[in-house]
Amino acid sequence: MASIIRASKMGYDYVRYTDESETPERINAIRSLDLSVEKGEFIAVLGHNGSGKSTLAKHINALLVPTSGTMWVDGVDTGQEEDLWKVRQKAGMVFQNPDNQIIGSIVDEDVGFGPENLGIPTKDIWERVDSALKKVGMLGFRDRSPNRLSGGQKQRVAIAGVVAMHPECIVLDEPTAMLDPNGRKEVLEVVRELNKTEGVTVILITHYMEEVVFADHIYVMDKGEIVMEGTPREVFSKVDELKSYRLTVPQVTELAHELKRSGVKIPEGILTAEELVQALCPS
Amino acid sequence: MLIELKNVCYTYGTGTVYEVSALNNINMEIGEGEFIGVIGHTGSGKSTLIQHLNGLMRPTSGQILCNGKDIWEAGFDLRSLRTHVGLVFQYPENQLFETDVLKDVMFGPKNQGLSPDECEMRARDALKQSGIPEELYTSSPFELSGGQKRRVAIAGVLAMDPEVLILDEPTAGLDPGGRDELLAQIKHLRDKRGITVILVSHSMEDVAQYATRLIVVHEGRIAYDAPPKKVFSHYLELEKMGLAAPQITYVMHALKEKGLKVDVTAMTVDEAKRSILMSLSMRASGAEA
Repeated sequence: MASIIRASKMGYDYVRYTDESETPERINAIRSLDLSVEKGEFIAVLGHNGSGKSTLAKHINALLVPTSGTMWVDGVDTGQEEDLWKVRQKAGMVFQNPDNQIIGSIVDEDVGFGPENLGIPTKDIWERVDSALKKVGMLGFRDRSPNRLSGGQKQRVAIAGVVAMHPECIVLDEPTAMLDPNGRKEVLEVVRELNKTEGVTVILITHYMEEVVFADHIYVMDKGEIVMEGTPREVFSKVDELKSYRLTVPQVTELAHELKRSGVKIPEGILTAEELVQALCPS
Repeated sequence: MLIELKNVCYTYGTGTVYEVSALNNINMEIGEGEFIGVIGHTGSGKSTLIQHLNGLMRPTSGQILCNGKDIWEAGFDLRSLRTHVGLVFQYPENQLFETDVLKDVMFGPKNQGLSPDECEMRARDALKQSGIPEELYTSSPFELSGGQKRRVAIAGVLAMDPEVLILDEPTAGLDPGGRDELLAQIKHLRDKRGITVILVSHSMEDVAQYATRLIVVHEGRIAYDAPPKKVFSHYLELEKMGLAAPQITYVMHALKEKGLKVDVTAMTVDEAKRSILMSLSMRASGAEA
């Protein structure tokens, strides 16, 4: 299978100028990172605040370009300025705060903004808007004003705006941090559905461990490097190592881990309530 | 400080086509030293509610009493109320503005009219209690990590020495380590200084672990006002309100359904572990006998 996102020895320095010195200070946000994501995968990136997750995410649609090494999105080098729009079309991004990324005064105008900028004929734009809103379950709200929607609904509109650009992959940077439990569920369901039925590659950055138990692969970042990777079961069986990176495991996994430590015979790396119930009460 | 709400109603856009009733006949009492969790879906009225507690919003009808005095009566010192009831908004780090951390935290007490020395003492004390290391006092607040910024912003409110601390989703966007540290710090403050804490949160796990009383706001009314265990026993109703129970609650209910005699009111990993271990050993001894 072809990789949709590939990074080789990628590094990124933020440059800071101070009053005292002539030479700018360089802050190393990502150092020599190698990454390969296959088409259609559901990838999760975990890491504490300041570990470099968002910096990495911004490289995937060329909001930032590496200061060393290379990043390719669907074979296109993101460092080539003339290919910038090609990259942006392949990788769409959804941010944390829904209010910062909605610009239209009506839902369907907001979703149509992306394809309009790509120069798509009007008739096709409407088709794309229709189908994108349908995919996120917001077709019934197309003529509403976005500021009257709930957080989860706004975030689904933001996702539709990306979907309407027909991207190969979607990068979501803490899309649920500001949402209530229902909003969180809505957004995750939509993202998983897009991944499963449309084959869109998903890169999800989050601090909620329960949200990533369905991912195909998890990367854990610390100090600009990937320090752990594997399937959710592999990563979440290392409870103590995760805690050393200021992370945690889903509550269910922690409970199972604690029970096992107390001598209960259950497998390591339990991820869901169903698995735990099955392990304790095999029927 | 005792805060009472009596038949409080608030309507946005009164007399216009956008008229929306945000709070509907709210009655409650907030006592000294309580740790209250407030939950509700987006738009349920939680934020409107907490902004009434320090007089940032004025009820359309009803009364808010502070130590028995109506805060909207002529002659009531609202300014002093606002320094006694500290409100930390969502993303408080967006409100940092000074050139260094210490100055930023001193801004609040300065506005209370305290002397510069006293302001600095208060600020240092608040920063220490918020777990900010001294070498950061002279850094620009904008150079700190997300979790540190958040704690500096909270220190800015603490420096005013409030009796009630209201926090609107203080852990949104923090990593698990930062979240646990911040909540532990808040609990410590409440235990040590005896201040009342009101925590608005979307994380059921967090309120389950820390709050001693849980208020559920739904469609501008108080749907439940009880200890967390009691509130989460209504988890099916909570789901209908767009909320949920902590993950552990679901595990315990599922186990009970399978015939394991566990305590379904367990909400934290610790409680659940103890209850499961006990019922497993009971099951084992039952099997032997």
